Amino acid sequence: MRIVLEPRPVPLEPMRVGAPLIALALTIFVGSLLFIALGLNPLTTLRAYFIEPLSTSGGVSEWLLKASPLILIGLGLTVGFRANVWNIGAEGMFTMGAIAAGWLAVRFGGGGHAWLLPAMVVAGALGGIGWAAIPAFLKAKANANEILVTLMLNYVAALILSWLVNGPMKDPDGMNYPQSAPFEPSAMFPPLFEGLRINGSIFITAIAVVLAWLFLDRSFMGFQMSVGGAAPTAARYAGFSRSRAIWLGLLISGATAGLAGMMEAAGPLGQLTPVLSPGYGFTAIIVAFVGRLTPLGVVFGGLLLSLLYLGGESVQMSLNLPASLARTFQGMLLFFLLAADVLILYRVRIKRR
Amino acid sequence: MNIGASRLELRSITKRYPGITANDCVSLTVMPGEIHAVLGENGAGKSTLMKIIYGAVEADSGEILWNGKPVAIPNPAAARRLGIGMVYQHFSLFESVSVAENIAVATSGKFDLPALSTRITELSERYGLPVDPARLLHHLSVGERQRVEIIRCLLQEPRLLILDEPTSVLTPQAVRRLFEVLRQLAAEGCSILYISHKLDEIRELCDSATILRGGRVVGTADPRESSAAELARLMVGAELQPVHREPVVREVKPRLEAIGLSARSDDPFGIDLGDLSLAVHGGEIFGIAGVSGNGQAELLSLLSGERTADADMVQLDMHPVGDLPVARRRARGLAFVPEERLGRGAVPGMTLEDNGLLTNQTGGLVRRGFIDRRQVFGFARKIIAQFDVRCTGPTALARSLSGGNLQKFIVGREVSLNPRVLIVAQPTWGVDVAASSFIRQTLIDLSRSGAAVLVISEELEELFEICDRIAVIYQGRLSPAKPRAETSVEEIGLLMAGVGPAFQRAA
Repeated sequence: MRIVLEPRPVPLEPMRVGAPLIALALTIFVGSLLFIALGLNPLTTLRAYFIEPLSTSGGVSEWLLKASPLILIGLGLTVGFRANVWNIGAEGMFTMGAIAAGWLAVRFGGGGHAWLLPAMVVAGALGGIGWAAIPAFLKAKANANEILVTLMLNYVAALILSWLVNGPMKDPDGMNYPQSAPFEPSAMFPPLFEGLRINGSIFITAIAVVLAWLFLDRSFMGFQMSVGGAAPTAARYAGFSRSRAIWLGLLISGATAGLAGMMEAAGPLGQLTPVLSPGYGFTAIIVAFVGRLTPLGVVFGGLLLSLLYLGGESVQMSLNLPASLARTFQGMLLFFLLAADVLILYRVRIKRR
Repeated sequence: MNIGASRLELRSITKRYPGITANDCVSLTVMPGEIHAVLGENGAGKSTLMKIIYGAVEADSGEILWNGKPVAIPNPAAARRLGIGMVYQHFSLFESVSVAENIAVATSGKFDLPALSTRITELSERYGLPVDPARLLHHLSVGERQRVEIIRCLLQEPRLLILDEPTSVLTPQAVRRLFEVLRQLAAEGCSILYISHKLDEIRELCDSATILRGGRVVGTADPRESSAAELARLMVGAELQPVHREPVVREVKPRLEAIGLSARSDDPFGIDLGDLSLAVHGGEIFGIAGVSGNGQAELLSLLSGERTADADMVQLDMHPVGDLPVARRRARGLAFVPEERLGRGAVPGMTLEDNGLLTNQTGGLVRRGFIDRRQVFGFARKIIAQFDVRCTGPTALARSLSGGNLQKFIVGREVSLNPRVLIVAQPTWGVDVAASSFIRQTLIDLSRSGAAVLVISEELEELFEICDRIAVIYQGRLSPAKPRAETSVEEIGLLMAGVGPAFQRAA
């Protein structure tokens, strides 16, 4: 007996909804076995993982606060990934966006200007775009591999940030800590609710979801990029410009990553610190793929990854589980999600021999 | 072996794929030394049946008898052990190594090149298949490559040789030599299964024929006794309409010109174009014959704009466009149907709707940069209706269509653009007979409505059926075009082999 995968003549549409549910069921099942093997009560553990983090308003606020940058970056990456432009440098673009906005905040923060926050939004996007222009130029002109270039630029951006907060931008009153002066209120997003960290920047993400949907699903340019990714030879045949797809793919993802960096600096952090991102730029790659490179999917993907992150922290704290176990559980869910996706295009058949 | 037993017998072979029954209770018998044709249109189930015999695909039910005994053929290695050899339509050879090395990697046993080379030479002399075992493969013509494939099979001393559309890449003269080899093999007792949809060849070569349609055996015939029309009727299931062709009225000014077009190929094993000139006028169909790999791919990409050259080398309506990209040439009224349908002419994983949008953004399909989904749907539906594309509708994925239906869609899409110039590569390659004659008629009608049509094809019958003038491409050079009435299959065939004053300089 052997098990084979047979391609379906047409994708099984109900499976697009069914696959994530199957994946969730498998994760809960296998995860429970894992917890039982470790002598834990699976129900308590799953509760601590998925329910407890969202049981308070503070928890929900943290959930959305983490999901927002993941979704925003994931949307930008989706635009590039659809065109086979593999930007894995969102982390660096995030950092450069935060630096550009942070410089404005430190330089003009004392004045209480009303224009400061909007200017920081623009600066954040431009910071990311500028950083993304480097791999775009190298790829379009010299066919340099964008995966390597963007990856390496992550480290360059991290070092620039480190130099700034240790040098030119170090807070003079900061007791020699490597960090910038704290931003003034005029350079920060106001909290939406008293006592919660969730702030107005979440609307930027909401607008970006709509714009990404318009671009990817309704615009001809988005269509051209999707063709370039799905069948490069067909794109060349139809006369769609490859270099334009490269530029757009990288610059749009640079803009969203830079914006996300700005939102983090002008939101929960409120200053520049040597490490700004808990890996959002990399996690957003997973978000984009879990979301199957669709805008709505990315929203769910961001919410899911954010919840996994909080759940992992929650079981570490409340049940004293090791961090590696939390990550194993996350990995399992992602693995099952991607594996279950195969069922959309293939069906499993058992053959007797 | 039982005396008088059949070499191969298939009993009620059935193979189902999701949504389609490729073989439905197919039975056939091949005797020792018999040349047996399996005749059918594309999609009739010929290839699946051959893959079942060769062990590449497993039947759902049915029995295979080899020399009268039931056997299981789980994989090609088992088929070869039984003595079954197969020459595929598309060769699986490595460009950068020698003939002997190519054969060595595909044969079991010790890797002993000198001994193998000796055997290759023996076989090639015995069967009149001249091949030098030491030559590198990329120096070989397509016909020579096929000889390598055949010798590779002969080394296994097959008792049954399967050939899948073996003549589609050969000149008429090379076809004749192949037939001599096959007759010699048959005389020595080797059975041959010959897959084709070319009726004349089957009538010339084969002792018997099994005709497949829609996965079923619809008849058996003695091809030497039956007329081509009878065989065609069995194969298609209906009478064929001959194409209708009105006399050509050529415009004076050319619409598409290549003037001294020269270019190096991007592909290290490709063909450089040398000083190639042609002029296609409105109202006519201009045909380019040639064995594949003689510069057709390079010429097409230079004419379409997928590759660029000097501005003056390509002209549309007497405007230099050689340095313009695809989009600018399309804006001037150029349309193009490439040879590769899936992946170039159409995006496999996208719907027909989206594939209609691929080259047509006029007629309100795209407004201010945004796609009007209703119009896009309507455009796809119109092509499907007008060009008789068999599919589940505009939302069907391109890859779910059969080759012929996808080709009808692509031709329909390009013709719907009302092009001033249409370039078509291999218009009916792999397309069934009924769809082929429909596509040919469409091209004729388009030219008679005033468009300039350039057709590049390897099928001589097709070129002679539809073209007003024919030229031959060989080693990147083009022979002078001749009106159809003033040339013959023989003459074009010789030119395809590089014989003729036009190609003297090339050699």
